[in-house]
Amino acid sequence: MSLTLTHYLILSVILFVIGMIGVIRRKNLLMLFFATEIMLNAANVALVALSSYIGDLTGQLFALFIMAIAASEVAVGLGLLILVYKKQGTLDLDNLTLLKG
Amino acid sequence: MEKLLYIALFAPLVSSLFAAIFAQRKKMQLVGIVASLLIIISFLASSALLSHLLSGGAVVTANLMDWIVVGDMDVKFGFMVDQVTAVMMVVVTLVSAVVHVYSNYYMEHDEGFNRFFSYLSAFVFSMLVLVMSDNFLGLFIGWEGVGVCSWLLVGFWYYKPDQPREVNPSISPSWAANEAFIMNRIADLGLLVGIFILYWNLGTLTYSEVFANLDKLSGGLMVAAAIALFIGAMGKSAQFPLHTWLADAMEGPTPVSALIHAATMVTAGVYLVIRANPLYSQVPDVGYFIAVLGTFVAIFAASMALVNRDLKRIIAYSTLSQLGYMFAAAGLGAYWVALFHLAAHAFFKALLFLGAGNVMHAMDDELDIFKMGGLKKVMAKTYLYMGVASLALAGIWPFAGFYSKDTILEVAFNEHTYGIWFVLWLTAGLTAFYSFRQVFLVFEGDERYKKYGFHPHEAPNWVFIALLPLLVLAIVFGWWKEEFMEFVTLILPPYEMSEETHHVAWILILLTSAIAIGGIVLAYIKYANGLKRDPKIENSFIYKLLQNQYYIPVFYDKAIVKPYAELSDIAWKEIDLEMIDATVDGIAKAIEVTGDKSREIQNGNLSTYLRWMVAGFIIITILAVVSVVIK
Repeated sequence: MSLTLTHYLILSVILFVIGMIGVIRRKNLLMLFFATEIMLNAANVALVALSSYIGDLTGQLFALFIMAIAASEVAVGLGLLILVYKKQGTLDLDNLTLLKG
Repeated sequence: MEKLLYIALFAPLVSSLFAAIFAQRKKMQLVGIVASLLIIISFLASSALLSHLLSGGAVVTANLMDWIVVGDMDVKFGFMVDQVTAVMMVVVTLVSAVVHVYSNYYMEHDEGFNRFFSYLSAFVFSMLVLVMSDNFLGLFIGWEGVGVCSWLLVGFWYYKPDQPREVNPSISPSWAANEAFIMNRIADLGLLVGIFILYWNLGTLTYSEVFANLDKLSGGLMVAAAIALFIGAMGKSAQFPLHTWLADAMEGPTPVSALIHAATMVTAGVYLVIRANPLYSQVPDVGYFIAVLGTFVAIFAASMALVNRDLKRIIAYSTLSQLGYMFAAAGLGAYWVALFHLAAHAFFKALLFLGAGNVMHAMDDELDIFKMGGLKKVMAKTYLYMGVASLALAGIWPFAGFYSKDTILEVAFNEHTYGIWFVLWLTAGLTAFYSFRQVFLVFEGDERYKKYGFHPHEAPNWVFIALLPLLVLAIVFGWWKEEFMEFVTLILPPYEMSEETHHVAWILILLTSAIAIGGIVLAYIKYANGLKRDPKIENSFIYKLLQNQYYIPVFYDKAIVKPYAELSDIAWKEIDLEMIDATVDGIAKAIEVTGDKSREIQNGNLSTYLRWMVAGFIIITILAVVSVVIK
């Protein structure tokens, strides 16, 4: 049994769903970051797999872009997280409700 | 010449604006003087224009500016002074000038002195726009302008409270003003429709172009346009069935009644028919209808004047009746005769009204002629003035009314419309009777006013000097009949009596004079030696019918005003509140409730937001999948 496109895509979907459940269920802001990273990489897997399948390099280039952006996003995000923690003393989402309308 | 035209037109506007500056202030004599002078200037300019035309000058035209230029529509703010307009201008400005001067006396103790002059001058300006415009739209603007000024002036004492109809038939000044305005609005719709018909079919509104292209209209359209324009004229000139407002408009100050509701504004309808004579000449059936309606109104109004006790209302009904004469003449195609009677009537009727104003002033605004009597001892000069005006109104030789009214009767005879002739002849008798009934009840007989504690006094001399032009014209104006005819028939169609009529003319004159003198004699016998009231006659059905104006105001009240008010009530409570308001409120409510409910989403918890985002994502994904599958 060799790996086909379907396997990659199923892997991508599984990763994505795991990330999504993390986004929904997790209450810690840091964990949310991890969950989003998983979702981004799920998209990357799908992009690379499809790119290779179609024979078009654009998808793989796009995956590289996403990695670069994810890296910078994490840098900024972590900085913000530290600031939030310093100010509020917690990263629990249930306690961070300043924007309540 | 163009300058004269602009001076005549805009002097009243300047006067109005000048008075308006001080409208809220206490009485300032200066305002009255300046306004009177400016109107006199306007009169002089109009006279200069008239003499220019009399000496054979060309028609004066002026184009102030482009007014409406939209697509194919091109209406200029243009003015034109031809023979008819010049006559109208001189009549309007002369009567206005006299009334302005007179108002300095009549309104001397009124708090709204300055305001009054502002309105009065604004009226003169609107009236001049009406008669000087060279197109139908300008006429319409003036038409509405005089309507607004009439509303302002009838309701001048707007603070007077409403009274039941039995106490005061016109209820209150503000009620009367609204009635006049609303009735005129109804008729104005007719005028507008007429103007639309002409514009749609001819593509122009300028008189000269419209009348030059009349043959492009089909017969039916021409009849429709003629009728629609006449409906407008019916409202302004208070012809049946839109006549009730005129008598009620007597709630306004007396100079207003003299100027607007006797001499000028109410004749605008006659002016419109005269101006549109090329149209009406083409549709003799409509013309005949106008003549019949005018004849009917003449006797109808005269009959109501027979029994009325209100000094001003009697004159108002006589105005109505004389307007009927004018329409009869115009409808029969004798346009210059209608214009002649219009001018003569303006002079003697304004004189009569201003004389009545003197009486009112002397009697502390009492209007009931049964409470007067014997005033000749204290008011000899007013007696003379009103007597001359009444003689002119009754059509006694050699006063102005004799010439103009007799010519109308001759026209009716000449057209072989003997029915019209007979009714008008009868009306001449009634006219003589009621006008002298009034004069004798006021000035002759026992001094009943003493019983009611009045202390009448004569007006100052300068007032009589101011009225002198009207007095002179009420006497001599008729002598210029031939010259007048030659002058205005330069643009109006000439009207020649047949040979046959010429032969019997003297008999007609004799007959008319006989019935007029008969009326005066009867009035003298009955009323000159004091008032003897006969309860049998006063309680008779006809007397009551006439006194209540044939119950037409009551009928309008019951048949139109009340149902309309109830309909409005239903429309307000059932339709507006229950349906329209409810719909609008419902939309607002739905939005509010949705907002209130969805506000809970925004609880500040990032976790919830993310869940909603995921929910949205799933919905969109499902939609995408479904749309792909469906394809």
